[in-house]
Amino acid sequence: MTASATAAERPTVTAFDPEAVRRDFPALHQEIHGHPLAFLDNAASSQRPRQVIEEIARFDSNDYANIHRGVHELSQRATAAYEGARDKVVRFINANDRKEIIFTRGTTDSINLVASSFARPVLNLGDEIIVTTMEHHSNIVPWQMICRERGAVIRVAPINDRGELEIEEFEKLLNPRTKLVAMVHVSNALGTINPVKRAIDAAHAKGVPVLLDGAQAIPHLRVDVQDLDVDFYAFSAHKMFGPTGVGVLYGKQALLESMPPYQGGGDMISVVTFEKTFYNGLPAKFEAGTPNITGVVGLGAAIDYLEQLDWGAVTAYEADLLDYGTELLEKIPGVKIIGTAEEKASVLSFLIDGIHPHDVGTILDRNGVAVRAGHHCAQPVMQRFSIPATTRASLAFYNNRDDIDALDRAIRNTIEVFS
Amino acid sequence: MNEELRDLYQDVIIEHSKRPRNNRALEAPANSAQGYNPLCGDQVKIYVRMDDGKVADVAFEGAGCAISTASASVMTETLKGMSADEAEALFTSFHDLVTGAAGPDDEDLGKLAVFGGVSEFPARVKCATLCWHTLRAAIAGQEDPVTTE
Repeated sequence: MTASATAAERPTVTAFDPEAVRRDFPALHQEIHGHPLAFLDNAASSQRPRQVIEEIARFDSNDYANIHRGVHELSQRATAAYEGARDKVVRFINANDRKEIIFTRGTTDSINLVASSFARPVLNLGDEIIVTTMEHHSNIVPWQMICRERGAVIRVAPINDRGELEIEEFEKLLNPRTKLVAMVHVSNALGTINPVKRAIDAAHAKGVPVLLDGAQAIPHLRVDVQDLDVDFYAFSAHKMFGPTGVGVLYGKQALLESMPPYQGGGDMISVVTFEKTFYNGLPAKFEAGTPNITGVVGLGAAIDYLEQLDWGAVTAYEADLLDYGTELLEKIPGVKIIGTAEEKASVLSFLIDGIHPHDVGTILDRNGVAVRAGHHCAQPVMQRFSIPATTRASLAFYNNRDDIDALDRAIRNTIEVFS
Repeated sequence: MNEELRDLYQDVIIEHSKRPRNNRALEAPANSAQGYNPLCGDQVKIYVRMDDGKVADVAFEGAGCAISTASASVMTETLKGMSADEAEALFTSFHDLVTGAAGPDDEDLGKLAVFGGVSEFPARVKCATLCWHTLRAAIAGQEDPVTTE
């Protein structure tokens, strides 16, 4: 997906019907402050289709019980639904084995798991973890915490003025002390799609494993973990049209086998005595305690929903919408887009001359346009561009040109209020 | 334009946000304190010089939204000559105004009454009150930064 080709140059989209998809999302069909809602805050969290809402209600109404322990019917149904969702994730990201799919509380939890169970044992004094300038705080702070504890250091790969990773500089940072690369796949603040295959190949050439933060990639790109040859991949259900409080850590089986448990508790053990405890095998070893059973079932329903879409058509449609929005915003005097990478998805982060993003967010809301204003949990990105904050519109496949037109009108209204 | 928006972004507020008064540092001897709104990244530094128990001079530095900048600007215009207790009482009236606990007819508010529209925008209350919380810390000589969270 690129933002550089104009909308006219693209082939006509026919295999994907955005209006039919819109009808699946009940929350989109309401008025906000007297205007039709234009929901453009998808990078924060996406709306859910009725298929997900209904499957969660059906499961909770009929099949809910605790999993993995009951001999009774409901426990068996719930276990089948929970483990069935794991099989769906395996297919969805093309993992090699269900042992490689760990259910977590979300991307943040997945990254903390890797920091605690992978990085802590391998990091020694002076060792290094490489991140990039465009990381979300959740892919910075866990590494800072573990590095401080182990006397290791974080090295930061820079980005250019368009918000693209300087890949040669990244490659120069790889050295014998590098123990891990932790990189965002798609930037939440800028929309940049990173050249992750090249980064992974370069890291592997030096024997360094790579974790990708896929929270923003998973709703826009089809991810194949075997094709990427990525070592760890983290994502959340709530950014891919599923519920909050649940996410996934994919890890290569050999790596996960070699790692100690993250948390102790029920389900992650096989035998417990006060003298010694034997841990369970994968994936249970990393799923201590009763998990978010309904959330996992909801994630499975979200995957079912995504898999019935024609993704070639979806990505073409989203790219066309992003191009349309980029062209409109560039025409408004005083508006500047932050993040103009050649390879980009979903995000229109922008500034309006002399108007603070917080004020922009308020006025857009009164026009029915939902966006996020702030640093987007990526303060180093704001520092890189010497700005306190941006206003961010972020798209999903259920958005349409009416939403972008509403954004355009609302920005012009904002400028009027301040004129 | 939406009526609530017009109430929020009154001309006085827009004008103060573009041309803030007392937007400078004070030379020593003066107390100062840092305020920070982690939600939006706004930062404000309030300087206050007390003389004989009254505010002799007050000023602010910092980057923020129109509401927070105008609030700090109007606040500094309002405070001169007040005792710490009077400033505290005015903060209480102002807080009641922007949270909707009281109407804009409180005579003590004076020019601060223009912030009455904030009460319709709960997400913006902290923008209006950050400078006041920070002022309180500056008068008290508190060193830790003030945050809205």
